[in-house]
This record gives sequence, structure tokens and C-alpha cells, in this order.
Amino acid sequence: MMLAAGLIATGDQALLQIVGLSLRVSLTAVAAAAAVGLPLGALLAVTRFPGRQGIVVALNALMGLPPVVAGLLIYLLLSRSGPLGAMGLLFTPGAMIIAQAVLIAPIIAALTRQTLEMLWEEYAEQLRSFGAGVGRAVPTLLWDGRFALLTVLLAGFGRASAEVGAVMIVGGNIEGFTRVMTTAIALETSKGDLPLALALGVILMAIVLAVNALAQAVRDLADWRGA
Amino acid sequence: MRQEATALPLRVDGLRFAAGGVEILRGLDFALVAGAPTVIMGPNGAGKSVLLRLLHGLLEPTGGTLHWSLPRDEARRRQAMVFQRPVMLRRSVLANALYPLRLAGAPRAEQAARDALERVGLAALADRPARKLSGGEQQRLALARAWALRPEILFLDEPTAALDPAATRQVEEIIGAIAASGTKIVMTTHHLGQARRIAGEAMLLLDGRLNAQAPAASFFDAPPTPEAAAFLRGDLLW
Repeated sequence: MMLAAGLIATGDQALLQIVGLSLRVSLTAVAAAAAVGLPLGALLAVTRFPGRQGIVVALNALMGLPPVVAGLLIYLLLSRSGPLGAMGLLFTPGAMIIAQAVLIAPIIAALTRQTLEMLWEEYAEQLRSFGAGVGRAVPTLLWDGRFALLTVLLAGFGRASAEVGAVMIVGGNIEGFTRVMTTAIALETSKGDLPLALALGVILMAIVLAVNALAQAVRDLADWRGA
Repeated sequence: MRQEATALPLRVDGLRFAAGGVEILRGLDFALVAGAPTVIMGPNGAGKSVLLRLLHGLLEPTGGTLHWSLPRDEARRRQAMVFQRPVMLRRSVLANALYPLRLAGAPRAEQAARDALERVGLAALADRPARKLSGGEQQRLALARAWALRPEILFLDEPTAALDPAATRQVEEIIGAIAASGTKIVMTTHHLGQARRIAGEAMLLLDGRLNAQAPAASFFDAPPTPEAAAFLRGDLLW
């Protein structure tokens, strides 16, 4: 424990590098997943068409997609002989970003749909009275639901940064290149380097705590603003 | 008043509406013309709100037709509606008033929105979050938001049902001012005193049918049907 504290206090180079890469991969994955998941969820909230229920069920099911399965699918896509093999992404941070984005896009889309469906119930008649079609309703809901949606994004970030299986498979846990906090903790623990594993664990916990505190602060701000 | 073509008069032929196998409106025939406010009365469940939504195009009739004096889409753009419980966008008061103006592509939208807030006495609250307003203020904002559009017809669905007497009076004053500005008011209420204060024309809806339609003076002083007389005495179908 003392050793772990020392590593954190002295800003150990390897440690900082791992933490930095973790944040970069997960934040980029959240941004990519949000770019797809937010509009998709909003669209599902405001439209009614045959097959919509099926998509909603599929998204809800994908929320529980096991990370290792997501990792395996991306691995197959990106491997040398796979359809996207020519891009040479396997065992790079890029592959890890793709895997995490695939993992959390359904979560963001499903939670966005749930959140905005309630808002739409309240808004629908008024917006239709104003003459707003789907094309205007979607951005309106995304904007007016922004505080609740920030919580949705933080949930996605939490899931991405805590996940081991997918990044392990497509990243390969290469030291100094694709090693992130979760894969490093798994490796160092099995190697017996408990101080480093523990230090990483403490930092990961601190990040998760900070994210949740931020989520709470956003909710409080939203209440205060009457949103 | 406008010199250009108008959406009114509206002729309604055999208007029917059913939902889930229940007939809510059972064939209404009437006309709406420009001028003093039309107030639609009737007991709860008579179909007043459904009628407004059909006229405004939020619901599709299951039978009968609406004959506007302009093509349907054009007529639709000249209407606005305020609901019993005002829908406040999660934005500032000013942004709420701006929203439909921007949507309609109105010129000088910000000025129009500020003017509308001024007219309902909310100019000082322009930057406040709309959902932090009191119930009465929210309804005034909803009216300002609709008024800013300068609609030819404004539908009001029980606009004061959720308000206290003071807020009700303010809202009625605003409704009077909107009517005076040349907008045709079509509103529902189950409040007789309010109907007497506002109506230029009164309609009584009973059990999905139009029981009576008459100028307010004759409706209230010499009720055209026995049911209207009973309704005004307050001993029918409450």
C-alpha cells in the first residue's frame, strides 16, 4: 500500500502513461458512441414505425453485450485476414477505441431513448402545434434533455473505462502502447506486482468517483435551473 | 385586420371522432367565423378538448371534414394553441417565446418575442428558466409565445383550469387583448362566469353532440335549448 501511494505521489512515468492512454481511449470512444447513440436514441423516441419495437428490444439487449464478445467481433473485423484487416488497426489504441465505442453506443442510444421518450410525451403536442417535424423535434429534445443526457454519457464513460475484456483482446495489452489501467491491473496482479496494480486500482476508483460526483453535480444544477 | 386571404370562415361537416371503439364526437356541423371569441362549453367528457385538437389538426377526424377557406397546410400555419397545462421548454423565458418564431422563420424574431413578453408583463423575467415560473406566469408565457406568432386563430383548451383567481384574471385580460388585436379566439371552459366574460359566441357540447350555438347575448339571456337552460342553471350533467 505504501509502495502504491509512492508510485502515485511521485508521478511514476509508466503509471502516468497508462492513465493517460486509458482516459484518451475511453473519452474518444464516448465521443464516437455519442455521435451515433444520441441522435439514434432521440429518433427512436419521437418516431413510431413498424419494427421500432424490435430495434428498441435489440438495443436494450445490446446494453448487456459482454465486453469480451464485443472484443472478439472487433478482433475478427480488424485481424489481418478480416474485412478491415488492411487498415492495420489491430493491437493499436484505435482498435481499442472502436471496441469500446461499439460496446457503449447501444447503452447511450437505449438510455437516450428512455430519457427523451418521457420528455417527448410532455412536448409532443406543443411541438406539433408549432409545426415542428421530426427533423426539428430531434435537436430540440437533445438540447432540452441535455442535463439528463450528460448523465447518460457519464454512464457510458463509466462502462468504457471500467471494461477489461474488449481492450485486452483488440489492444493486446502492449506495454507503453496499448496498456490501459484495467489490463495493467489484471496483468500486474497475475505477475504479483501488487503495488502497481493497487496504485492503478486506486486511480481508477478515484476517476469513477469523480465521474459520479460530476454526474450528481450536473443533476443538481439541472434541478436548480428547473430543467 | 388582414386584407389578405384568411383561413376563416371554417365550415365543419359531420365531424366524428372515435378512439378505442368509443365515440367521442358523434357528428358535428357548424361554422366558425372571424370576430368575437367563440367559447365552447360542456360538462367534462363532452369532447371539448378533442374538438379543439381536431380543429387544430393535432388529431385526425374519423369521419366528416373541415373546410378551411385556405388550403389545409396554409390554414394550419395561421393557428396556434395553448394547452390546459402549459408546456414549458427547458429554456429561458425568452427562448421559449423565440422557439416557434424561429421555427416559423419569422423576421426580427427576437424583437417580436420581447414585445410579446412585454405585452403579458413578463419582460423582466426574460432570462429566467421558464420552468421556474409560477403556474400563472407559465400560462402567460404560453399565451405570449402563441401571440408572438400573430395567429389568425388561437385555440385555448381550458387555459385557466389550473390557476388561482388572481392568475385567472390576468390570463383573461391577456385573452381579451389578443382578441382585440384581431385574433379569433376559440376556447373551451367549464367555468360559466368566464364564458360570460369572454364569449362573443357560445357553443354547448353535450355527449359528443353540438347542442347549441348562438351569439353570447342570446345564449345566456334566452338559452336556445332546454339543455342549455339547464346547463346554465347548473343542474345538468355535472
